[in-house]
Amino acid sequence: MSAQPNHFAPLARLLHWLMALMIIAMLFIGAGMVASVSERHEWLIHLHKPLGVAILLLVIVRLAVRFSTRQPPLPADLPGWQVLAAKASHVLLYVLMLVLPLLGWAMISASGEPVMLGSSLQLPSIMPANASLFAFLRKAHGYLAYLLFLTVLVHLAAALFHGWVRRDGVLDSMLRGKDRG
Amino acid sequence: MVDRSSPPLSGTSLVLRLAAIAVVVGAVAGAFAYVNGTFDPQRLTPKKLVNVLETNNGVHPGFRRNHAKGVCVIGHFESSGEARSYSTAQVFNEARTPVVGRFALPAGSPYAPDGAVPIRSLALRFTQANGQQWRTGMNSMPVFPVGTPEAFYQFQQALSPLPATGKPDPAAVPAFFASHPETAPFLAWVKTAKPSASYVTENYNSVNAFYLVNATGQKQAVRWNMVPVAKDAPGAMAPQGSDYLEKDLVQRIATGPLRWQLMITLANPGDPTNDASKPWPEGRKVINAGTLVLESTQPQLDGECRDINYDPLVLPAGIEGSDDPLLAARSAGYANSYLRRTSEVSQLPAAKQEAQQ
Repeated sequence: MSAQPNHFAPLARLLHWLMALMIIAMLFIGAGMVASVSERHEWLIHLHKPLGVAILLLVIVRLAVRFSTRQPPLPADLPGWQVLAAKASHVLLYVLMLVLPLLGWAMISASGEPVMLGSSLQLPSIMPANASLFAFLRKAHGYLAYLLFLTVLVHLAAALFHGWVRRDGVLDSMLRGKDRG
Repeated sequence: MVDRSSPPLSGTSLVLRLAAIAVVVGAVAGAFAYVNGTFDPQRLTPKKLVNVLETNNGVHPGFRRNHAKGVCVIGHFESSGEARSYSTAQVFNEARTPVVGRFALPAGSPYAPDGAVPIRSLALRFTQANGQQWRTGMNSMPVFPVGTPEAFYQFQQALSPLPATGKPDPAAVPAFFASHPETAPFLAWVKTAKPSASYVTENYNSVNAFYLVNATGQKQAVRWNMVPVAKDAPGAMAPQGSDYLEKDLVQRIATGPLRWQLMITLANPGDPTNDASKPWPEGRKVINAGTLVLESTQPQLDGECRDINYDPLVLPAGIEGSDDPLLAARSAGYANSYLRRTSEVSQLPAAKQEAQQ
């Protein structure tokens, strides 16, 4: 029995898959709504805002779980550049998960619109109303969302590479709860 | 620690597995590109809507892409209480709600002469005590020319200059109207419409339908009008020159607040809520929801209205958008225009000099 865990903690796995679903949905909702003039634009926006706030709350829980549980180590024979890529891409994923909802909230605040999560639930503004600030935040929100999508694709490709090509237990550590053999 | 590496794969197996990864990742990326419209050049997007306006009107950095020439107004709304049983919106329940508005000319150039179009517009932002807002953009016409964003886009395309001549095809607009019979009520109105001499004597119409929602959740389809208290003297004519509207407004407001009555028309069951090109029949019940009082003006280049996107779907609890497809299109298109012009705010002072030349 190794001193290091072979798997992520159950709560960490639950948060990973739940948020994976939410983030993918969120990226598609965002891409769809800015490319539509139909009623879809409206109902997608009404999904986008509360879902974004839910992701913001969950990522805070997730970071707490991450720092309070032990992570399975990467395989000892993984090349150095892949270790670096794995660590850097995870930092990037966490940063973007945290920053994108905050940017969304901040940009609506800077536009001077009330930040509404439904027909009556209102969040406080976190930025003063300012046109140039809005334009900056809105663009940052868009570009960083594309960066998050690219990072998610790389993450997916790397996970499958571990699972299907290297078969080194890395994909299993997020898929299964029990040690096999 | 235990080395969990597996035995090496055969060459074929490795290629197949790498290909499978490429297929999965490619499928996700492809689905994303499908959603954002990459594979669908025919799809009408907010970007296309605003691009066609820029093609037709030129780009005036920092200005709205439509209704570009205007003036800010500051005032408040005094509720009569009559709409209270139809809507829970605070604006109808509180005595006073502050308003930041904007009168404008529905043209794409900020330097268009005031007589260029026979229509004027009034946009308002009501800020309720609870922080919720009601934004509305109204026009001095009873109906919209078309009922869908696609038809609006085709209309703008008919107005686009041809590359060869730099001018619109003279046959395109008549051909558009001929193939769009829904434009008949608008065309009938526009035949008699003349550019008015004043913003102050105009009647501003929501054109689109909305729902008022009351405390029991009952929905009432409505359209509304801001009906001016000031009336033109009979036979009043628009003066010479191209910039009389703002001067007239500033002069009139200097002598005292200007007032409009917010008249809300209640639809009968069956009245079309999804087609702004169709007027509702006469005889509908109308309630007087209160009085808009405008007390001062500000230049649009640095006034409070400058950075407001008068998106008609920014609504307080108690008012909802209808199934009118133009509403979502306005919301989406305005957002695109808003991002363009807020990115260009620093270019506005130059525009100011341009205007003075």
